Amino acid sequence: MPAIPLANAPAPAQTKPEQIRNFCIIAHIDHGKSTLADRMLGITEVVEQRNMRAQYLDRMDIERERGITIKSQAVRLPWRSGIDGQEYILNMIDTPGHVDFTYEVSRSLAACEGAVLLVDCAQGIEAQTLANLYLAMENNLTIIPVLNKIDLPAAQPEKFAEELAKLIGCQPEDVLRVSGKTGVGVEELLDQIVAQIPAPVGDASAPTRALIFDSVYDSYRGVVTYVRVVDGKLTPRDQIQMFSTGVRHEALEVGVISPEPVVSKGLGVGEVGYVITGVKDVRQSRVGDTITMHNNPAKQALAGYKDPRPMVFSGLFPLDGADFPLLREALDKLQLNDAALVYEPESSAALGFGFRCGFLGLLHMEIVRERLERESNLSLISTAPNVVYSVTTGDGKEMTVTNPSEYPDGKIEKVEEPIVRATVLAPSEFIGTIMELCQERRGILLGMDYLSEDRVEIRYTLPLAEIVFDFFDQLKSRTRGYASLDYEPVGEAEADLVKVDILLQGEKVDAFSAIVHKDKAYAYGTMMTGKLRELIPRQQFEIPIQAAIGGRIIARESIRAIRKDVLAKCYGGDISRKRKLLEKQKEGKKRMKMVGRVEVPQEAFVAALTTDADIDKAKAKAKE
Amino acid sequence: MITDLAFYVHIPYCARRCGYCDFNTYTPTELSLGSDPAAISTISHSYIDLLLQEISHAQRVVEETGSSARVPTIFFGGGTPTLLDASDLGRVITQIQSGFELAPDCEITIEANPDTITPEKLDDLLDAGFNRISFGMQSAAPHVLAALDRTHNPDNVERSVKLAQQAGFKELSVDLIYGTPGESMADWEQSVDLALSLPITHISAYALIVESGTKLGAQVKRGEVVMPDDDQTADKYLLADEKFNAAGFDWYELSNWAKPGSECRHNITYWQGGDWWGAGPGAHSHIQGRRFWNVKHPTAYGQRILASGNPMADEEILDSTAQQSERVMLELRMRSGISYENFDAKVIEGLGEYLREGYLVSEAWQRGRLVLTQSGRLIADRIVRQILF
Repeated sequence: MPAIPLANAPAPAQTKPEQIRNFCIIAHIDHGKSTLADRMLGITEVVEQRNMRAQYLDRMDIERERGITIKSQAVRLPWRSGIDGQEYILNMIDTPGHVDFTYEVSRSLAACEGAVLLVDCAQGIEAQTLANLYLAMENNLTIIPVLNKIDLPAAQPEKFAEELAKLIGCQPEDVLRVSGKTGVGVEELLDQIVAQIPAPVGDASAPTRALIFDSVYDSYRGVVTYVRVVDGKLTPRDQIQMFSTGVRHEALEVGVISPEPVVSKGLGVGEVGYVITGVKDVRQSRVGDTITMHNNPAKQALAGYKDPRPMVFSGLFPLDGADFPLLREALDKLQLNDAALVYEPESSAALGFGFRCGFLGLLHMEIVRERLERESNLSLISTAPNVVYSVTTGDGKEMTVTNPSEYPDGKIEKVEEPIVRATVLAPSEFIGTIMELCQERRGILLGMDYLSEDRVEIRYTLPLAEIVFDFFDQLKSRTRGYASLDYEPVGEAEADLVKVDILLQGEKVDAFSAIVHKDKAYAYGTMMTGKLRELIPRQQFEIPIQAAIGGRIIARESIRAIRKDVLAKCYGGDISRKRKLLEKQKEGKKRMKMVGRVEVPQEAFVAALTTDADIDKAKAKAKE
Repeated sequence: MITDLAFYVHIPYCARRCGYCDFNTYTPTELSLGSDPAAISTISHSYIDLLLQEISHAQRVVEETGSSARVPTIFFGGGTPTLLDASDLGRVITQIQSGFELAPDCEITIEANPDTITPEKLDDLLDAGFNRISFGMQSAAPHVLAALDRTHNPDNVERSVKLAQQAGFKELSVDLIYGTPGESMADWEQSVDLALSLPITHISAYALIVESGTKLGAQVKRGEVVMPDDDQTADKYLLADEKFNAAGFDWYELSNWAKPGSECRHNITYWQGGDWWGAGPGAHSHIQGRRFWNVKHPTAYGQRILASGNPMADEEILDSTAQQSERVMLELRMRSGISYENFDAKVIEGLGEYLREGYLVSEAWQRGRLVLTQSGRLIADRIVRQILF
């Protein structure tokens, strides 16, 4: 048995770099990364069988439920190679898989010498995996191609081995085949990690340099910072210093994860573990930063540090206005664990007090919202996401607009919007469909390559705003779920944009304003007025709904006054029943927002600001 | 002290169940008596015995408070009260009379199914003490009756109302239902016209309410039956109101119209927060801010009566907020309306909008009262919500 009892395994700070292998697993959601990781924990016996649970490393409920990894993990696995019989320490660094977290991924990759490229052999590689693979290759990582789920009846290992071989330039027979579920091939994979991935190289006598690849807030222990030591060493009581800020902290505790935290005497060259300094806010211990020693600082930081930059903005408002302080508290708390989250108070005529929040992308936005609702028991309305615009007004003033309601009313010289380079992978039968969608969304075709006979990579330049607005949903539904998408920002471009306002009974509803391309303003106005007509219940007066650009009305609808709102019968036994119904309706009324004289159900805001699929849900809810 | 106490007497039996009905009523099949409607007669006598015991119980309850009650109205509803022998029903009236003081002008109503009416039956009902009869007509259109799953022949309505008048009933009412799936505006007009051609003094007209748990409810839920548009149903109300007015029937509650002096005093008791005792399974009572109701099933009801004489299932003491809610909810339905002088300034301001939109009668508003206009009656629940929250 090649597992090594933990007590006998090489200890942290006493493990020679030659014995260490640092690797990560690059995989798409559902391709079985967590199952494979679980299997590795089991085979190396760091987790006893009876303590095993599915997705062991995903700590947050939200991670387990969605089957995604939001925060990284680093697990120390002792392993005796089946090839040379020597003892090794494998550090598995589990990385987030989503495009929103590309920067975090790149830092995790920078902490490794090798990557396991894990692909579901019934589905083939997906766009995000490909993007991360390219990132790994740019970081000069050794890639071990692996096909997972070979136990599945729909497995096509030959086809996808061919595809992977072509992508990374190896032979199809070099592609390993495993099943995380049954364990087949996993021991061989561990042996290949030892054999193929180079040991870390560093200077033990040089000033300490350790790369922060993740930073997690723990309510009991403060911020837990995950590091990879490059040069020198980290020991408890060290006075450490953050390279970017120069701020000094004491290393209160140093340890490794195996897979529960284990305090150690330190971390040496090439080792991966954690440091606790007692800081309470992840922004003081930022991903990508370099830790060095206060007394003997390194001359140069490790490469690649970047401040996270929000790409997508949305307003978050408490459903119940009284919850505003609670929302502030919840955001403050969440920010301790999410350095990329930015927010500032905002007030909306329609929605009251809330926050304008900046996110890395749509998934980040969804996750933040869900965590706020779940962890702080809040009900929230989020406004339609938008990107950041650079606007130059007629008098030459330049401004940055993160909220449509701030869009200047007067003459506008020029508007620039963020542009991304998008990569779509899909079966070739969908080429036409995808090109049509990208064309509709103002895309410019950059190129197209066949990955295999029937799978194609299509590259487009697209305005980020178009992606933010239901592009992914459309892509998935038009390709029956087969297409995958990845994108990266490539700068800004000038565009012919206008602000469309929505008016209820002649009053502007700021939450519904949007900045859209001039050619789409009419379609947006028609769609939004139509949606609102469906979503707002009839009231005792007629409600005109209009869409306007400046003073010009471009679309109009009308909700007729309600004619009948009465139950015909009310005799003896009906009276209690009816009073109780009234009490229930009183609760329902609390879910209404008054916009001028118009009662607008919360669901109308939510549905109007999301995609069509949600409308039926909202309508059903409104009827309850 | 002498107080008024009305009586509602529930007869929980029907020959068969109509598709839209969720009332507390049972068919012979449901009571395991076989499928013959006549089977009801085998249990009706013993059921009346139970009612008599409950009335004695009511008498004790009133006596315990140290007051005595005068009975201004008695209403026999169901179910189908006319399924039972008039003499059995008469025993209930006699029991009430012996336990309480019957007002000299006591209004005693029976709900009648047109199919169960014969000249002899009518004579017997008059002899038993009934002086008001209310027929379930629902519609004149056979396909509408079929959609409601009603069995009666529309011709029977005309025949039985006329027989009742000939027999000597002075107060005659018919119930109509509008807004049934498949009912056209012409169907409804025909029903209204037929009702108005009869020698009646009172009309109730209800928009159909689809209740969950009924056959119709299930059909609507499955999409087999589509409910008519609310706007059309509103138009039907307007049509009926115009025609009733023209024929000399004035609205006094938003679903009830009467010739002057023929308003149903029993129902007015409900809407004015008066006291009444409901006897029979599932019947609700209200006495001085306390609501209580009986166990629902006739078998359980019988067991309770025999065990303790008290069939009450539960009760509810209304706090002042609940009393105020009920007062607004009920009195606004009536033509007399409700005074708004004690309302919050903010509520009054909100109501001003309804006044401007023509939902409230402006002369009444000047006098400090809320009275619904024709269009206001159609959105009465909305206005109640505006007042209460």
